[in-house]
This record gives sequence, structure tokens and C-alpha cells, in this order.
Amino acid sequence: MNDQGAYKPFTYYQLMETSLRELLVEKGILSDEQVNAEVAAMRARQPERGARVVARAWTEAAYKKRLLANATAACEELGLEIPGLHLVAVENTPQVHNAIVCTLCSCYPRVLLGIPPDWYKSRNYRSRMVREPRAVLAEFGLRIPDGTQIRVHDSTADMRYLVLPMRPKGTEDWDEARLAGIVTRDAMIGVAVPTVTGG
Amino acid sequence: MPKLAEPPAVAAKFKAGDRVRVRKTAPLGHIRTPFYIRGHAGEIERLCGAFPNPEELAQMRSGLPAQPLYRVRFRQKEVWPDYRGPDSDVVEIEIFQHWLEKA
Repeated sequence: MNDQGAYKPFTYYQLMETSLRELLVEKGILSDEQVNAEVAAMRARQPERGARVVARAWTEAAYKKRLLANATAACEELGLEIPGLHLVAVENTPQVHNAIVCTLCSCYPRVLLGIPPDWYKSRNYRSRMVREPRAVLAEFGLRIPDGTQIRVHDSTADMRYLVLPMRPKGTEDWDEARLAGIVTRDAMIGVAVPTVTGG
Repeated sequence: MPKLAEPPAVAAKFKAGDRVRVRKTAPLGHIRTPFYIRGHAGEIERLCGAFPNPEELAQMRSGLPAQPLYRVRFRQKEVWPDYRGPDSDVVEIEIFQHWLEKA
């Protein structure tokens, strides 16, 4: 049964996952409770975690400096657990726009952004983001002027990336919590930019 | 708690700003160097540290000594001659030292 409650035959990978999981449980290597707890923990990680980091960097210059120097340590400062991960924060400026992709698979900063969206794992995004990033960003509704350099980060090995977007104009008197509310998942991947309306 | 000993690592040969070329070769196995960047030249953006070699890890071996891992910056126009966008656009990729040679 799938999440929507409809019965459908298993796909190849669903069958692989179920078979492997049942074998591991049968052999006593894992318990069903452990599997369920891990799935629940994975679902509990949401982009709000990353948004807190961005909002702090927007409001505290010294924190931003530490984030750009060592993003893993800066996240741990906020109590975010980054088990064994090497995070790199890349900063958007009027001169540079950053965007993240993993052409080989779907490496993604799950600890900060949760489960990746389906499009991030699609062959379309993965193959075209390094080849024609401006066209892909335009499809997301984001037009980057020619005077701004695009830096695409292909996340191929042990690093994970977080885009630090630019703080939008008109938010000068906002506090950290309100700012965090407009930092979207897509803005931290680099396929969108935050707006005062949070759209 | 005493600090754990660092795993043995190969010494880093390159530093930020060095020009490097990605080896153009096609070995079998689990390779973390994307095909599209092999043979292209770029510039070291930073040294990320040393990590167990994923090609060895995939064969159930230790991956040690650890290989230095770099972020390498490539000009899009050099990677894709028909790239549509300004000359300044770049792609940055993590590449292990054993895939790089001096350009």
C-alpha cells in the first residue's frame, strides 16, 4: 500500500528496499522500531533548520564570517547536529549567484534541508544544471542578469552545500525569526531568491 | 577524551590558485569524477581536506591513505564551447588529487 492508500504493484526499487529491510530484520541486524525511528527522524528534518542558519547570518556579521569559514562548526553553534558532514556555505552577492546540484546522484544537505525535492533528483535537473544553468533557473522563474556570475556547485564527493542568499531590501527592521520565515528551501539550493512576501 | 589519531593521508600537492587538469581516463568502478569534466583544465578553489578514496571504499577496502580533495573551478565556456551565458560563469566540482595533474 502506498502513502495514498491505493494498492499498486511494487516497483523494482520498492521491492529491493522491502526485501533488504525484511532480511535485515529477520537476521536481527535491525529492528522494525529502528527503521521506523530513522524514517521519522528523516521526515522531521525540515528546511526550517537551514533557514535559522541563514537568518542568523543575516543579522550577525560575525556569525556570517564564521559560517563562511566553517559551516559545520557554525551550524553546531546553533545546536544543529551535523554528524560527520562537511558543510560549505556559499554566499550570494550582487556579483555572484550560487546554485547546487549533484550530477552523479543526489547529494543534498539533508541535515539542514530535509528530504530533497523530487526535481533535485531528476535527470533533467542534474544533467542540465551544469550545462545550461541560466535556462534551468529561468524555468524556476529566476532570471539572473548577465552581469552576475553564476557559480554552479557540483556536489560530487564529501562536501555538502548551503547557499546563503542575499537579504532582501525592505527587511531592515525584521527580527531573526521573521527573517527565517522567508528563507525557502529553494533559496538555499539557489534556484530561487527570498522575497519580502516569502513567495 | 584523547583526540583520535588522524587516518594516514597522502600529502596535498596543490594549493588554491594552482592550474590543474583532470585526467582523461575511464576506469571501471565507482568513480566520483564526473565524466563531463575529464580532460578539462581549471583552478584550485580550495583544499577541502583528505578523505578515504571512494573508489577503494566501493570495493570494501579502507580507502587509506586518504586522498586530498579539492574544489576545482572551471570556466563554463571552456567546459562547453557552445555555452550560452557570460564568460564569467563557472562550475565548481570536488575532485580527488589522484585525478588531477598540473596544467
